[in-house]
Amino acid sequence: MTPAAARGAVFRIRGLSKVYHMGEVEVSALRGVDLDIYDGEFLVLLGHSGSGKSTLLNIIGGLDTATTGSVAYRDHDLTHASDAALTLFRRHHVGFVFQFYNLIPSLTALENVELVTEIAEHPMGAADALRLVGLADRIDHFPAQMSGGEQQRVAIARAIAKRPEVLLCDEPTGALDITTGSTVLGAIARVNEELRTTVVVITHNAAIAEMADRVVTLSDGRIASEHRNAVRQSVENIKW
Amino acid sequence: MRAITRKLFRDLFHIRSQALAIALVIGAGVAMYVLMLSTFASLNLTQRTYYDRYHFADVFASLKRAPNRIAADIARIPGVAIVDTRVVVDVTLDVPGVRAPVTGRLTSVPEEHRPLLDDLALVTGRWIEPGRLDEVIANQKFADANHLAVGDTIAAVINGRRRDLRIVGLALSPEYVYAVRPGELVGDESGFGILWMGRRALSNAFQMEGGFNDVTLSLMPGASPEEVIGRLDRLLEPYGGLGAIPRARQLSNFFLQSELDSLNGIGRVVPVIFLAVAAFLLHIVLSRIVSIQRQEIAALKALGYGNWEVAWHYVELSLLVGAAGSLAGVAAGAWMGRGMTQIYTQFFQFPLLEYQLPARVVVEALLIGGAAAALSALDAVRRVLQLPPAEAMRPEPPATYRVSLLERTGLRRWLSQPSRIVIRNIQRHPGRSLLSMIGMAFGGAILIVGLFTIDSFGVMMNVQYNVAQLYTAMITFVEPVSASAAQEIERLPGVVQAEDFRSVPVKLVAGHWSRHVAITGLPVPSRLDRIIDAAQKVVTLPPDGLVLSHKLASVLHVKPGDRVTVDVLEGARPRRQVVVSALVDEYIGMNAYMQAGALHRLMSEGDSLSGAFLLIDPLRLNRLYASLKATPKVAGVTLKAAERENYEKTLLQSIGITRTVTIVFALIIAFGVVYNTARIGLSERARELGTLRVIGFSRAEVSYILLGELTIITLVAVPLSLLIGYGLAAGVVHVYDTEVYRIPLIVTARTCLEAAGTTIVATLISGWLVRRRLSRLDMIAVLKTRE
Ligand SMILES: Nc1ncnc2c1ncn2[C@@H]1O[C@H](COP(=O)(O)OP(=O)(O)OP(=O)(O)O)[C@@H](O)[C@H]1O
Ligand SMILES: [Mg+2]
Repeated sequence: MTPAAARGAVFRIRGLSKVYHMGEVEVSALRGVDLDIYDGEFLVLLGHSGSGKSTLLNIIGGLDTATTGSVAYRDHDLTHASDAALTLFRRHHVGFVFQFYNLIPSLTALENVELVTEIAEHPMGAADALRLVGLADRIDHFPAQMSGGEQQRVAIARAIAKRPEVLLCDEPTGALDITTGSTVLGAIARVNEELRTTVVVITHNAAIAEMADRVVTLSDGRIASEHRNAVRQSVENIKW
Repeated sequence: MRAITRKLFRDLFHIRSQALAIALVIGAGVAMYVLMLSTFASLNLTQRTYYDRYHFADVFASLKRAPNRIAADIARIPGVAIVDTRVVVDVTLDVPGVRAPVTGRLTSVPEEHRPLLDDLALVTGRWIEPGRLDEVIANQKFADANHLAVGDTIAAVINGRRRDLRIVGLALSPEYVYAVRPGELVGDESGFGILWMGRRALSNAFQMEGGFNDVTLSLMPGASPEEVIGRLDRLLEPYGGLGAIPRARQLSNFFLQSELDSLNGIGRVVPVIFLAVAAFLLHIVLSRIVSIQRQEIAALKALGYGNWEVAWHYVELSLLVGAAGSLAGVAAGAWMGRGMTQIYTQFFQFPLLEYQLPARVVVEALLIGGAAAALSALDAVRRVLQLPPAEAMRPEPPATYRVSLLERTGLRRWLSQPSRIVIRNIQRHPGRSLLSMIGMAFGGAILIVGLFTIDSFGVMMNVQYNVAQLYTAMITFVEPVSASAAQEIERLPGVVQAEDFRSVPVKLVAGHWSRHVAITGLPVPSRLDRIIDAAQKVVTLPPDGLVLSHKLASVLHVKPGDRVTVDVLEGARPRRQVVVSALVDEYIGMNAYMQAGALHRLMSEGDSLSGAFLLIDPLRLNRLYASLKATPKVAGVTLKAAERENYEKTLLQSIGITRTVTIVFALIIAFGVVYNTARIGLSERARELGTLRVIGFSRAEVSYILLGELTIITLVAVPLSLLIGYGLAAGVVHVYDTEVYRIPLIVTARTCLEAAGTTIVATLISGWLVRRRLSRLDMIAVLKTRE
């Protein structure tokens, strides 16, 4: 047992499947996924396009609900949780980083972070969160005045400011070039190491997987393979 | 301030020009509501307290003469509370400094105490002293108009003798809140003097001792005026009763009441139009914002904001716009209400008319403004609630379009690509496009409704003064006189032409229906007072039978060929059956006409005459006036020029204000719709237009796509506005179809042009504003931002 596993599972996923109905057609995005995600772990989800990565992440983040199967967050059952309960779950426990940043364009960097600190229970200061991602000098800038990488770092600051137990990132570097991508990944890794936050990152980039404790590969809605890295590479050592 | 609140204000700031346009429409509706209903409340409260405090009567009756003991019989009629008898006589007045003779109405008041009913509000001076035969209290407006004050003297021709009357007080009466002579629409302040005189003095002068010729009643609560009137009419029948009328048909009260009704009616209908249009616009804007902010909404939800929390955010946005509009509307409405009440003090004579803004009206105004805003947010709320938070991860799918119907008819080949885009855009939101057209059309329609009455009154005045009444003055005799006596008048200096007429008070009865009117007997052909129908054609009276105005015929439910019973209320009071031989469309009053000869036969009388129409040589006017003032037979002189001047003065005064207010309101609503339609179009198509620019379309071609849609909407809206406006105007004409007057439905080409002009001007301004934004459109930025 690894140290991470010893700390116990944050998420316990059993027989999870998700079917989308599009008129006549049924699309099975997930077909029976069993997975435990452990406390403080850095997990990378790999898989080609359409394999169900986002669907899985959305369900464990309480954004979506499964068709069958169960998801438990610690001792909360997410499978049958009400909409209000899921909202509270997201509000207090989960930090999200989206592929397209999804900042509120009418709010400054600081205000975008405050959006979350104002409703969270034990948040850090919004400015501190921005400092953590290296944006202390950009706090008064609007999203439109920042580069993609900076916007994504604001999104990470926004996600970690509430001190979430889990940080879920869907292709956080998908829209970024290599250097900015590694800055962003560095920020995520730091959160994992310094705040002991459980992190799940979806990526297409197998190189990034070297940063992880564990790599899970999805294929056609199922877990195709899973392996644990003996050594976690730091961002600087990753060859893209 | 919370970050989400800050977002609210930034969003609002971002749509500020659209929000402003919508707030203006809401403001216009709310202002209209506050204006009309606060003025209504002020007028209504004043009316009620005035009527109460001064005991305005419930039933009014005139008669020839009855002994005082009859008053006790009247008091015994079930339902009657108080009976007050009076002597009322019309005389000619000679007012110092006024050359023309003035109509005076002398009304008796008790010397020892205040009248039981229809008491006077004494403004200055004192009450009549018992025993003083020459003292009068004068109507304040009349005195002011003629620069008369307490202590001044005016002369009255009483029973052939000039008598000097000394003004000891100035007063107002609830009977004359709107002081207008029967058959006229506008009061003549200087030419119609109401004077109150001691009962003994007046009875003395007119041989009315021990009797009365006018009676007013107040009723017990719950008593039926109709029943009391029926019994009263029977009781007064032997004494020359002219038919009693309820308060509702008392002339002053009728005008006041119809003004109140129209304030209340307009105040409850017109704001609905504005608020419905505003709600529609706000709905479009909010829905658009929600679709632009689709991913922001999803992100907020993903970050842990609750469904209703996010939805409420958008409700707040609409409520802010609603609140801004409503508050501005309340302020503007109160301001205009104050002005309008000021204008009313010139029309209506109240002891004190103060503007007040009841808290209830303000609360209601804010509530309806808020309700319109809240209603408009419903769709946005629904969409926010339905949006799954997982959406935050995905970009919006492209909008769905179809090949338009128009193109499928085979026109496709003839349409350029930009034209196809224009048509498909309109068709993409057919409901929205239609509502935009209707909303825009209401701008022009409101203009038509607001302005058509100006033309209608113009036509009425023209018919009245230039086509029908060709005389300069109308004189009425105290009593019907013989033809030879009438000729005396006609030989007075300055009379160029004269035409006698007979006027007989009657009660026309047909089945259950009856009305008290006067039958006017005219010579054939009558040259100075002609009967004119709606087509402005001269109607020649048939040798036999009655000609009734349409309104009278419809009140009596008769048509040509039917018989009516004529109860004559004068002389021997014969009862006759007469055939209705024709109808004539008239605007003022309810009239009945016969050839003079036929009327004489009906009355079994010789050449008895009630008055004459005169054509006067303007150069000898003063001499004629002097002689008329001294002629005992003459009870009243009506000068057409003065009457006409009054009409014009009164109308012109209100026309200017009406025109301005209407045009402003119409522009607000038209502009609100067009501008928002244009901005939404720009917002929805910024990417598309940017792309077209990138691939080489010119600025003009790109503008065409956006403005083409506006143009099409405008082209439909213009005729639609004429239709809706005409329909609304017809509704107004219907509402004003009263027994006292009616207005013709006249929508002139000019009004139509103004309505179309409003819509087009609104489009041009909006087009220009949007065009400017389009030129500033940053191609790169547009292509970079994701929606
Ligand atoms: N809302 C939806 N409606 C219908 N089908 C959906 C929906 N969301 C996802 N799918 C389908 O479910 C399957 C899995 O989608 P998912 O987004 O989880 O894939 P993914 O692994 O994240 O792919 P990518 O790497 O391209 O983001 C795909 O076939 C997709 O078309
Ligand atoms: Mg995905």
